[in-house]
Amino acid sequence: MIRFLAGRLGFAALVLFCLSAFVFLLFFVAPGDPARMVAGDKATEAQLIQIRSNLGLDRPILVQYASFLSRAATGDLGFSYRNQQPVASLILNRIPATVSLVVGGTLLWLAIGIPIGVMSACHVGGLRDRIGQSFILIGLSFPTFVLGMMSLYLFYFLPRQAGFTLFPPGGYKPLLADPLVWAWHLVLPWTTLVLVTAAIYARLTRGQLLQVLGEDYIRTARAKGLSERVVVYRHALRATLTPLVTQLGADIALLLGGAIVIEQVYGLQGVGALAVQAVKNQDRPIIIGVVLLGGLFIVIANIAVDLLYVVLDPRLR
Amino acid sequence: MSVAPTGDAAFDAVRQAETRDEVVQRGSASLTLRRLRRDKASMGALAFIVVLLAFASAAPLVEAWTGHSPIAQYRQSGMTAMGLPVGPRAEFPLGTDHLGRDVLVRLAYGARVSLLVGVFASLAAATVGLSVGVLAGYLGGWVDVVLSRAMDLVMSVPFLLCALALVSVCGPGLWLSVGVIVFFTWTTMGRVVRAEVVSLSRRDFVRASRSLGAGPLSIMGHDILPNLSVPIIVYTTLMIPSAIVFEATLSFLGLGIVPPAPSWGGMLSDAAANGIYLVAWWLVVVPGAALLMTTLAFNILGDGLRDALDPKPRPIRRASWRGAPP
Amino acid sequence: MTLLEARDLVVRLPVEDGVVHATQGVSFSVAAGEVFGIAGESGSGKSVLTQALTGLIRGAQVSGSVTFQGRNLLRLAARDLCGLRGSQIGMIFQDPLSSLHPFHTIGRQIAEVIHVHERVGGAEARRRVVAMLDRVGIADPDKRFDDYPHQFSGGMRQRVMIAMALVLNPPLVIADEPTTALDVTVQAQIISLLDEMRRERGTAIVLITHDLGLLSRIADRVMILYAGQRVEIAPSRSLFAQPAHPYTAALLRSSPGHHSPGGEIAPIPGRPPSLLVPSRACVFAPRCTEAMPICVARKPPLRLFDDGARALCWLEDGARAPAPRTPAGAPPPRPSRGGEAPILEAEGVRLSYPTGRLLGGRGRHEVLRGIDLALWRGETLGLVGESGSGKSTLAQVLAGLVPTTGGHVTFEGKRLDGLDSRGWTALRRQVQVVFQDPFGSLNPRRRVGAIIGDPFRIHGLAKGQARKAEVRGLMEMVGLDPEHYNRFPSEFSGGQRQRIGIARALALKPSLVILDEPVSALDVSIQAQILNLLRSLQRDLGLTYLFISHDLAVVRHVCDRIAVMRAGEIVELADTEDIHARPGHLYTRMLLGASHTAPIPAAVHTRRLVETTNEVAT
Repeated sequence: MIRFLAGRLGFAALVLFCLSAFVFLLFFVAPGDPARMVAGDKATEAQLIQIRSNLGLDRPILVQYASFLSRAATGDLGFSYRNQQPVASLILNRIPATVSLVVGGTLLWLAIGIPIGVMSACHVGGLRDRIGQSFILIGLSFPTFVLGMMSLYLFYFLPRQAGFTLFPPGGYKPLLADPLVWAWHLVLPWTTLVLVTAAIYARLTRGQLLQVLGEDYIRTARAKGLSERVVVYRHALRATLTPLVTQLGADIALLLGGAIVIEQVYGLQGVGALAVQAVKNQDRPIIIGVVLLGGLFIVIANIAVDLLYVVLDPRLR
Repeated sequence: MSVAPTGDAAFDAVRQAETRDEVVQRGSASLTLRRLRRDKASMGALAFIVVLLAFASAAPLVEAWTGHSPIAQYRQSGMTAMGLPVGPRAEFPLGTDHLGRDVLVRLAYGARVSLLVGVFASLAAATVGLSVGVLAGYLGGWVDVVLSRAMDLVMSVPFLLCALALVSVCGPGLWLSVGVIVFFTWTTMGRVVRAEVVSLSRRDFVRASRSLGAGPLSIMGHDILPNLSVPIIVYTTLMIPSAIVFEATLSFLGLGIVPPAPSWGGMLSDAAANGIYLVAWWLVVVPGAALLMTTLAFNILGDGLRDALDPKPRPIRRASWRGAPP
Repeated sequence: MTLLEARDLVVRLPVEDGVVHATQGVSFSVAAGEVFGIAGESGSGKSVLTQALTGLIRGAQVSGSVTFQGRNLLRLAARDLCGLRGSQIGMIFQDPLSSLHPFHTIGRQIAEVIHVHERVGGAEARRRVVAMLDRVGIADPDKRFDDYPHQFSGGMRQRVMIAMALVLNPPLVIADEPTTALDVTVQAQIISLLDEMRRERGTAIVLITHDLGLLSRIADRVMILYAGQRVEIAPSRSLFAQPAHPYTAALLRSSPGHHSPGGEIAPIPGRPPSLLVPSRACVFAPRCTEAMPICVARKPPLRLFDDGARALCWLEDGARAPAPRTPAGAPPPRPSRGGEAPILEAEGVRLSYPTGRLLGGRGRHEVLRGIDLALWRGETLGLVGESGSGKSTLAQVLAGLVPTTGGHVTFEGKRLDGLDSRGWTALRRQVQVVFQDPFGSLNPRRRVGAIIGDPFRIHGLAKGQARKAEVRGLMEMVGLDPEHYNRFPSEFSGGQRQRIGIARALALKPSLVILDEPVSALDVSIQAQILNLLRSLQRDLGLTYLFISHDLAVVRHVCDRIAVMRAGEIVELADTEDIHARPGHLYTRMLLGASHTAPIPAAVHTRRLVETTNEVAT
């Protein structure tokens, strides 16, 4: 068990190292002079040299990288080129919106996807299966941003033209200020984010459940005289949890990608929006910071998933 | 050990019946085609894809027919007095966008981008995934450890963020999009193929070939690859829609195809900017529907291919089965 | 007292290509406290039948009537049927590993049966489960209550299944191949446990199996199914003494245990019919040695004999007594090994794998612990052992496919570990392997011609037309139709596939063939065909066989000498007859004691026809 954890932690460190090396190298070989971005177009050559030495840009790359790593380990991610604010605090400010979106979305997608999959598998070949399968296909095919734009049009713009406000057009309101307002602002982003992933989970649940329902131990459960409901929920679904959890680990990256797009569509001031803005501004410290933070998030989530896996499958203990 | 049915007795009876049926002697290809042709949804999807291909390759014809260039701005005829885009009408069958460009012509040229990126990126990603998967699965040992870890590594990267970083450095472009998509999607195929190869190489027929003296290349080529055709076909087909969406997403974020060259994602991005689509619905409905229908068609085709290529004998459901109702 | 009565039971399974007629008009009754055996080969409908009457097969169309405790099971509401399953009808399945839920503790799985059917507290349920576990022979039941299935051995898991089926003391237990997945010695323990429980509790047991030897030991009455039809039902004694239906007689005759070693076994020719088309005449007629013109024209009537046997057959006095078979020619001369060097020799062969993960690889798992073995040209050496004894691993080592970690193997005077690549290629032509699973050992995506032609392709021999001619010759030699050259393996039955595997192994004219459980996956009637084929090929081509099996009867029939393996060691090695007459090792005695074959039918039949009806209409 301890060896297993150590292995996972080692891999997590490797991921973060590779990721940081990748972005760092990327920006080092990239054209463009960071000093000029910091100073603006009117800076003199002397000012540029001064800035380079302030930022340590005149040192060899390995030295730069090492000092970056040692500072990053303490939570210091440098300063934005654009407005000279600390990157860490810039990101920190944006985290509530993204976390609200991602965590709420995950819960919602599991709550939608799994029941649809169960419904579909239990009535395989029937009408409810067709409905479930159609949901799966459409959900899988709907590009997030198209869905977002369409739901904004339908649930914000049309009602507003009719004279009332059904949902706000976007924006983020803090949870602590008023949970209701918070949730009301997030309803559209959540549903948009969730449809695609819920479809993935519905399909996975359906497939796994169909497979499990053909297993010998399900026949045993039926032979014991259990009702079909108990057979499905206590025996079959229990066995499908492990592959679902595995998939959850693999989908964290997908989720972050979805969050970026959603933040863009609904004007949520989250980390993803910050990253897109930074890319447009060539604000490299922010990009590096966000990429590393995303990696960290994925890595932690993966370790959590692995632990959950061990809890779920007694054969691994 | 000995005989006796394992698993569901019903399935075994079916399998027995199938293997004993001597009348059937069709090749697997014709059987697959027959099953696919019976599947109306798949045939519809295939028809849509063919039409889309024709539409994309006929983009210059569309341009000639309407007389509108995809990047020209028709500020006189294509915009209202207030500077808003005009809706569908005789001159612009699908309306104009916020700069007065013809949406129909841009849609046709955008289809080229989507299909090109979708098909090309999936083929490339499938090739990479296949090679890595076969190597890792067949060779095993440290090669497997290294390649599997590499796949894990790529999968735990926040791919859209990394794509953003990459694009911000290299500047947007078609081939960069393709590269980014290939780099972050080959792992799907890689993992599937690896798992498949690992289970195949434990099968007796591979052991049999080895005991006959077959070398690794012969085993890979004659024993393993033919058995991978189903996952390869199915997963490549299913990778196309995700590559198309990936490309559209990049373009939507302004990181894909460089404007003013038309792409579906870019058209949607233009529509989203300043919320112009709220007053001009066609700006989101036309490219949005095209995108949705295309991915839907490829997904349906992929599912249909999976069912046709790898049919599992399942008892057909009748309303009157006597088990406990759920 | 009749506990269960099925009348005219018809089960249809709709599938993509039509309807599988799994059982066609089967009637039987089970009395309280008896053991009722249902026997048949795979595809005979024996499992479908019992699972259909308890409503366990989805999508099956079931008609007829099944009366249990005065109620028709086929008309019961789903909820009532659930109430019967588990409490009144217990079920035991074949594979105890896959039949237990991997993620729930065994105690919880058994207690669940109690909770579903009775209102009891957790502590009370636990007490009863522990008592039951103790009764079926689980040591330390209170502690093992919280263990998961993977922490038990195969035999122990089957005991858990039995505890689960019996915990509510149902009057009827259906056991579907309860011992098939187990080792011979464990099989015997499970069967005596079942028998014990029946005597103790008066439980009626429906025992479904393909193993007639097993039935002959404990069944009171036996029903024989063939292609979904009840061809014979009779009291156990009369069925095994003088089978009334030619199929039953043929089944008993094809068991290798009844034949003097070296003789031909009487196989049943052909193979079972497709179930997609319901038969209009006798289903067995095409394979029957006693078929008359009427058999292929009209459905057979039901004959009732004075000894209680009922057979679905046109013969008026039952199957003819088998003519005493004359041995086919003189028994083959025993290979002499005076002075001649052995073709294959193993000296002190050891094989071990490191256990544990990357860092903590301290222990080593020993699979083979010093094997000495010699094989002379022209002989058949049997290698017998239970699962985990290392017999298949030894085969891989002897074939040169797995390197040893100690000792060495010599083939025709050359040590395998010292071979260069040319020597290795030559070895691969000389030593061939035939695998157990005829479904897994043929590549499903390649045509049979290509599969049998593989040895030529790999060694660069006989190209184009020449290769095709070679392949057709091989197909003919093993009894396949050369016209089927272009078919895929899935279009052949199990026995035919094994013939394909044998043809492939013989393509390069090897001197040694290693047969790894070559008939274990086949039905008895097909087994006999393959064993006869192997024997005649050995005679014609002068082959040397290493025959691996868990089945002593088969090994005794085929082999000149037998090596008994246990836990990576050869505990006994002697001539076949010596081992049977004077088993030296305790383990050999245990194996011999546990294996059982059905009694040989009496040579003279004394039975009288009592009644002929057309009761079975469909």
